[in-house]
Amino acid sequence: MREVAIIGASMIKFGRYPDRDVSQLAARAGNDALKDAGVTMKNIEALYSGNLYQTSGSGQRILQQMGQTGIPVVNVANACATGSTAFREAYFAIASGAYDMVMAIGAEQMGKQGLLGSRGDPATSLEGRVGSYMMPAVFGMAGMEHSREYGTQMEHFALASVKNHFHSTQNPLAQYQKESPLDEVMNGRMIAYPNTLLMCCPTGDGAAATILCSMDKARQFTTQPIKVAASVLTSDPYTDRDLSMPDINTLTRNAAKIAYEQAGLGPKDLSQVELHDCFATAELLHYENLGLCADGEAGKHIASGAPWIGNKIPTKYAEDVAPFADKSYKPSTTAVVNASGGLLSKGHPLGATGVANIAEIVFHLRGQAGGRQVEGSKVGLAHVIGLCSACTIHILTK
Amino acid sequence: MADAATAAPEVRPLVPHLTLGETRDKDYLNGTKCTTCGAMYAGPRLFCSKCSGEGPFETVRLSGTGKVYVWTIIHQATPYVKAPYIAAIVDLDGGVSINTNIVDIEPVPASMKFGMKVKMFTEKVSEDREGNSYVAYRFRPA
Repeated sequence: MREVAIIGASMIKFGRYPDRDVSQLAARAGNDALKDAGVTMKNIEALYSGNLYQTSGSGQRILQQMGQTGIPVVNVANACATGSTAFREAYFAIASGAYDMVMAIGAEQMGKQGLLGSRGDPATSLEGRVGSYMMPAVFGMAGMEHSREYGTQMEHFALASVKNHFHSTQNPLAQYQKESPLDEVMNGRMIAYPNTLLMCCPTGDGAAATILCSMDKARQFTTQPIKVAASVLTSDPYTDRDLSMPDINTLTRNAAKIAYEQAGLGPKDLSQVELHDCFATAELLHYENLGLCADGEAGKHIASGAPWIGNKIPTKYAEDVAPFADKSYKPSTTAVVNASGGLLSKGHPLGATGVANIAEIVFHLRGQAGGRQVEGSKVGLAHVIGLCSACTIHILTK
Repeated sequence: MADAATAAPEVRPLVPHLTLGETRDKDYLNGTKCTTCGAMYAGPRLFCSKCSGEGPFETVRLSGTGKVYVWTIIHQATPYVKAPYIAAIVDLDGGVSINTNIVDIEPVPASMKFGMKVKMFTEKVSEDREGNSYVAYRFRPA
């Protein structure tokens, strides 16, 4: 298979767009990506559309905005990994030699229900009657498993919100760009223990797009082609409790191992990571799942400053963080996590997220990330995990 | 065959892995064991997702007692549920883990301990438009 380059990337500011339909959001991102790559719809040979709520026909409806050129369209649904799976299909389209230039777009209009919405006849609904299956509960329990095993405290999880909200103040594309000190996160309205309101990603609409072509042609279009060094997708393997308690860890570890092998590098080589912090508890679990720190050390890792922009705790938070830090802990990786502010700040328009993470890494690798730029970023990892379950990991290099 | 408008209302289990007896104290959790690989599931199965087999499967009665593996307390719930409430993954004695409510205990973190022993009981939880009642299981501290 041949090497694949990203030559165009874009993302719209995530937020509420009640006056737009999802195809219009997608077309905005798509046109911006075309401009970024210096190409037009005439150059695009296939479209991969990631959209969860209106999957069927989503790509065609995007072309009805961007240009009905009659190209092949594949509409992708894969839970939260929808957008990144669309990207992966676009990657294979080029790598296989089937096409020379394709586009992957992820977009979602969330409506009002967000991640708490319930469906079906209330009389027969299991939710709240036979346990809970909603995302806050699932990720609450996942965090509690870590507490059970390692004694991780609620404050450690809350630091993910402190960090990511701090990062978001430099990201004009994030839905929310507001800091939240530790006590504000801790004292917020409890949603599902231990996740408070600020430890849950907000609901919003959004779209992001990428243009891919073969590496040997990429320099015709850009001076900074970004190489797709790894593209991995896994589902949840059989584990004892998985059918009752979704296991978000095993499939992520499986994906990470394959991704590092494909790219020929390891966690120490990463400049930054955009991982799936749908809830603050999830972020800490993924530090370990992605090998950014050893098992059990996620709390120490975030309190050490390692995953923060600049690899240190901002001075104004130092006193709040100190009680939860371990002075003897030496981080072995310096990858900045969620410089974008993460899903906790950007929101999580389901189909868009997987493409937006990739676009974010592209911005940094090109030195275009403005006030949140990770200095000298050379290698980025984009991770998404959707329940039921699907995990994608992409590693991009300069 | 009686048509829908005149059929007598039924009492039904809310989930397939709950078997109802004549009285609520005779309800129990049912499961399936794959005789090829030994995997155990809550409820009936036609296929085994551990060994990809199609059986033969053994229907088993699951235990009504277990230990709390993990828990959470939900404060923002769907409209028909009284919040806050405790949801937990319970490892049943003898095998299979299930998602359940923990009740008869104050829904605060101090009430919960990893590994605490719990036991099952059942009760009616809802009624649909045709008057059918639905029974669910929940667990309380043992």
